[in-house]
Parts: sequence; structure tokens; C-alpha cells
Amino acid sequence: MRAAAAAARPMVGGPSLARTTLVLGSAVLLVGIVGVVAVGLGSVGISLDDTARILAHRALGLPLPTTWSPTSETIILELRLPRVLTAMLVGGALATAGTVFQAIFRNPMADPYVIGTAAGASLGAVLGILAPLLVPALAIGAGSEWLGLGVVQALAFAGGLTTVLVVFAVARSAGRVPVVTLLLTGYAVSSILAAAVALLMFVAGRALASIVAWLMGSLAGGSWSQLAIAAPLALGSMALLTLRWRQLNLLLLGDRQAEHLGLDVEREKLMLTVLASLATSAAVAISGTIGFIGLVVPHLLRLVIGPDHRLLLPAAALVGAALLALADLAARLAGGVPVGVLTALIGAPFFVWLLRRSASFPGLGG
Amino acid sequence: MMAAQRSMLELGALHYAYPLRGARRAVLRGVGLRIERGELLALIGANGSGKTTLLRLMAGTLRPDAGDVWLEGRSLAAWDRRGIARRIAVLPQAVDLPSGFRVAEVVEMGRAPHARRLFGSTAQDVAAVHAALRDADALELAERGVDELSGGERQRVLVAMALAQEPALLLLDEPTLHLDLAHQVSLFRTIGRLRRQRSLTVVAVLHDLQLASALFPRVAVLDEGRIVADGAPEQVLGPEMVRRTFGVAMEEATGIDGRRHLVLSGH
Repeated sequence: MRAAAAAARPMVGGPSLARTTLVLGSAVLLVGIVGVVAVGLGSVGISLDDTARILAHRALGLPLPTTWSPTSETIILELRLPRVLTAMLVGGALATAGTVFQAIFRNPMADPYVIGTAAGASLGAVLGILAPLLVPALAIGAGSEWLGLGVVQALAFAGGLTTVLVVFAVARSAGRVPVVTLLLTGYAVSSILAAAVALLMFVAGRALASIVAWLMGSLAGGSWSQLAIAAPLALGSMALLTLRWRQLNLLLLGDRQAEHLGLDVEREKLMLTVLASLATSAAVAISGTIGFIGLVVPHLLRLVIGPDHRLLLPAAALVGAALLALADLAARLAGGVPVGVLTALIGAPFFVWLLRRSASFPGLGG
Repeated sequence: MMAAQRSMLELGALHYAYPLRGARRAVLRGVGLRIERGELLALIGANGSGKTTLLRLMAGTLRPDAGDVWLEGRSLAAWDRRGIARRIAVLPQAVDLPSGFRVAEVVEMGRAPHARRLFGSTAQDVAAVHAALRDADALELAERGVDELSGGERQRVLVAMALAQEPALLLLDEPTLHLDLAHQVSLFRTIGRLRRQRSLTVVAVLHDLQLASALFPRVAVLDEGRIVADGAPEQVLGPEMVRRTFGVAMEEATGIDGRRHLVLSGH
């Protein structure tokens, strides 16, 4: 018995190539299928066959004979494709950031907005919406774009990122940032910012509808010019986060043991927080605050593929992308319901079901 | 000059005070200790004597207010965290092993300070994890999930994780706190064996005098932030010392093995 056990080498070195291929392969396939379906379906009927051909011709550069109408091509390439890609970018960024924050805080309730990104971005966006109305001089410049981003998006991005840095600085004492302090500071700062947003909504008058629409989260504004700015930011931080899988795994052991294993814990937490907030802010700036994707996807995947961040991070990004694209498709087909409302409606009961199904949270104790 | 002597670990005039409501509460008041390669040292003291603080200073996770810690002749302040983790492993009191991982995966986390590949592991990593599991008597646990382990098994996994670091110095922080007597003894037997097999230097913070005197050739007693005695247990752990540092009346008795032991005084 003992000899047999000793002869069999323990499986180390992470998930096998076969498993990695299977997991990430299925996730990529899911993204591909959802992508084609989401681009193909809409108020104007374009056959899936034509959709796939247009995408293959334009995106992959395959030399296909043009059997489709120019209108179809415009709808697919200028309207639906950027919107679906925006949904995927936002979903992937939120799921990645959620995974990272749950590991940093070792808390299953953490989501991408936990330390104030959403509240900060909301205040920024609301100010962006109201500024031209409050200060007429700004109205001239309101329609203008800065590097492809509108004023609202730029302020939302800046608001989200600034808030996180402020929260981090406030929670820091004696060179350390205890996670509980960080969590509570994030909550307090979020509450202050939410109060400011509420106050601005109270005095907003006619602009109230635009504010509410932004707060509910929508992908209707997805465009190539927005993607051109948001995608490098979000994808860049997601890639850097994925490279930090080992550090994230160590954090699951607790700060002290992670330190014993050679991790500079405070520096690491700051770096991870900044990267995850960068991805979140880039996503929120172009979509508003969309809930539950960043909370539910990491949990779902930990149950299916386990808690090792080496596989969890890329899988979460892909599945988050597919799920939000799917949710946005449903929102579009349901007559333009804000997608944030839909993710909450579907996400929350699903989350409760997950909770009841799994008594514990893999990788997060509890 | 300290550097020339190259002890495994040397503590010089360590002072440390915890910040406490604006004031600072002194915990260590000038601790000096030299630990040579291959030594097996128990650090004992009453609750609040500063032994856990001292262990953190040794592991470099706290910086002293005054004095210094030299690891292999070089001040800890000059080492980076990763470098320290390649030389010093800490066996903690208890760690929540993150659920959902297999034992082998958790033990491989001990390789983090040596990691060279972006995603995979090197042949050295694989060999080190295997050897660590074998030496910690945890090889048959390798494929188990960490959630299915008993207390004693968890302890073996933590030992394996520490061994995977391939340290020169192993620090134990009251490692027997959550173990029954049989597992306590078996843990220290394992540690003693590992010390010989892997020429480890071992420093254990303990509160159990019996274990310290039975299993450790050298015992240092910490009292009110100072080392008040340091030497072989039969020299150090007299009734007078125990009464002063632990506030407990004990007397010596000769056991059936012919050795002297401390027993609680009867009434």
C-alpha cells in the first residue's frame, strides 16, 4: 500500500493540459456561440447564416462572396457587434474583478463595487450628466468627445478610480491596510457618495431620467469609439491580474501565512486593488453599474472548476463575457429593458440557489 | 563583525513596543539570542511574555524598534520577503486551508518563494513537493481535498507546506495548540527526524513546559520581554524559575526513567 502510494507522484503543477484545454476551450466556444447568436438576433431579422458569413468575412478576413445586403452588414458591424463586444468586455471585466476582490477580502460577498468603484463612478456620471445643465457654458462642450469618450464616461471612469484610491488611503494605518478596515471604509465612502448622488437626483429636474437610466446600467450606447478606449484598459488589467494567479492563491491562506511564503502582502493588495478597479472603472464608464455578474460568476465557476486562480481567472472572464452578452440579448429582445435590471432579476435568485446548493465557499473558507 | 560569525539566526538587543491607544506598550526589552545551525530550541514563557512577538521578529514580519535580527549574518532588513521565505518557513498555530484545493496543490503553494515559471512548475518544484509530502508523512493525503482532513492530518499538511519551501530554519508558533497529546508527541518526533534528515534549524515557541523539557535540548525562557534563562532544560527549568516566570509552584521529582521532571506541587 505505502509503496504504491509513494510510487504515484502527487499531481502538482496545476491543472493538466487536457483539463485546461477542456475548460478554456468550452468557455471560448460558449463565447463564440453566444457572440454569433447575440449579433444575429434583433429587431431586424438577419439570418444566423448571413451573420456568421458577415462576421467571418469582416472580422476573420475570409474571402467570401457577398450574398448579403449592405444594410445587414451595417446593422451587424456598426450597431450589434460593438454592443455585443461591449457587453462581453464589461461582463469579463466585472467577473475578473469580482474574482479578485473575493480573494483579497476572502469574503464571498465581495463584488467589483465593494470598495466604492460603483458609487464613485455614479457620482462622476451624474455630475457629467448635470454639468451642462447647471453651468450653461459647459453645454457647448457637452456633446464633444475626449479621446472618443463622452464627458459622462470620462467622469465616471475618473470617479470610480479616484474613490478606490481615496478609500485605500483612508483605510491605511501604520503602513498596513487591514481588509476589514478597507471593507468598512469602502462601505462608508460609498454611502457618502450615494447620498451625494441622491441629492443631485433630487435637484436634477428633467435630467432625472438620464441619471436613472445610467444608474440602472445599459449597454445601448456601445460603440467602436468607446471600445477603443475601454478595451485596452480593461483587457490590459485583466491580463495582468491573470498573471498574478499565484499571489491570489497565496492570499487565500490569509495575510500572515502569505507573508511567510514570501508575498509582500500590502504591496500585492494595493496592486491587485488598483488593477481590478481599473478594469471595473473602465467597464462601468461605458455601461453604468451592472450588478450580480461580478458576484455570481466567480462563485459559479469555483463550484464547477475549483478555486485555483490559474484557471479560475481566465474562465471567469470568458463566462462573464458570455453571460452578460446573453443577458443583454434578452434585454434587447424584451424591448430595451436596462440590462442591469435583468442581471439583478436573474442573478439574485440564481445566487440564492447557489448558496443553498453549496454550504461552503470553495477557496474562501466559510 | 556579527556577520563574520554566520550563526543561523542572531538577535541583538531587540526592543519592540505595540502601539496602544496613542501610547506604546513595551513587549520586548532587549532580547539577545544566538541560534546556531542545526539547533533545536524551545522558546517558552507565560502568556504575554512576548514570545509570539519575538517569533514574528525572527520571521521578519515585524520590524524591531531597536536592535536587529541577522539571518545567516545579514540583517533581515536587507533581505526581501521572497528571500526570507526561501530560508525561513513558519509553521503557524492554525491556518484555514482554503477549501476546494487538493492537499498536493496546497503543499505546492510552499514553492511560491522559489517560483520561476509564469504558469507551470519546474521539475525541482515537483520533486520538492513530493519530498515534502513524503517527509511529513502526508504522501497518502496528496490527492485528498483539504476539507476532508482531520486535525492531525491538517498539521501534517502544514508541515509539508513548510518543507516545500526547503527552508534552513523552521519556526514553530505553538504548533501543538489544537492537537491532542498523541499528535503533539508525533509532531515533535517528526520535527526531530526532519531536523536530522534535512539539517534544519528549529525554533519552537511553546507554552508547554513538559514538552519543552522532554523533547528539546535547549530551552530559552522569556519573561517580561527579556531572556531570563537559556540552556539545557535540566539547568533552566528549576522550580524557582518556573515559580518566577509562570507563577506556579512546582517541584522536582525523579521519574521512572531516572530523569528529573517538574510536577505540580500537591496541596
